[in-house]
Amino acid sequence: MKILYFAWVRQKIGKSEEDIALPPRVTTVADLIELLRGRGDGYQEAFADPARVRAAVNQEHVRFDGKVGNMDEVAFFPPVTGG
Amino acid sequence: MKTIRIQTDDFDAGAECAALAVDNVGAMVTFTGIVRIDDSLSALTLEHYPGMTEREIARHVDEAERRWPLLGVTVIHRIGRLVPGENIVLVAVASAHRGAAFEATEFLVDYLKTRAPFWKQEVRGSAVSWVEAKESDETAAARWNPP
Repeated sequence: MKILYFAWVRQKIGKSEEDIALPPRVTTVADLIELLRGRGDGYQEAFADPARVRAAVNQEHVRFDGKVGNMDEVAFFPPVTGG
Repeated sequence: MKTIRIQTDDFDAGAECAALAVDNVGAMVTFTGIVRIDDSLSALTLEHYPGMTEREIARHVDEAERRWPLLGVTVIHRIGRLVPGENIVLVAVASAHRGAAFEATEFLVDYLKTRAPFWKQEVRGSAVSWVEAKESDETAAARWNPP
């Protein structure tokens, strides 16, 4: 799975993208956040309050109960501030 | 006609309107977002999610075209470093009558602010911070009943 990070989520994690292989128990965005939180301090900090983070799967906004699979592109970012 | 561009360069609102002015256009509404001149703000830096940005804007332009009888829509959003006084975003909507053009423009601006994946960072002196999303923008978008 390809994971992308933007804005302060990217800064806290220290990278803009990475590829990871999903363990079978990870089936939703919420599961993926739990998995990522175990990967180090930057991830812990980025996902300390998941309510401050938004997610997209295959470039569409999703809620944390959205499904994820190994072929998906998932992105995590703060609430958007364009316009 | 539907034009969506994400670019670092400035845009010319007049030229973009002229490009939308086909024969049966009776109303053209444009919204230009500008970096406010503010004593302590030295610059904004905008980043986005390439690919998703264009798709998300296109989805909302399609939705606007379903809701109102439009003859053309242009959305241009700048990225990179912008200083106070510079243009950030242009939404131009052409229709036969003003009601549709006004409403569709507001709809698109409200959705750009709450759904299009852009993030602004402010530079104030030596301090750099991410702009927080505003509840009032969510409220403005909610009145359209999400597509």
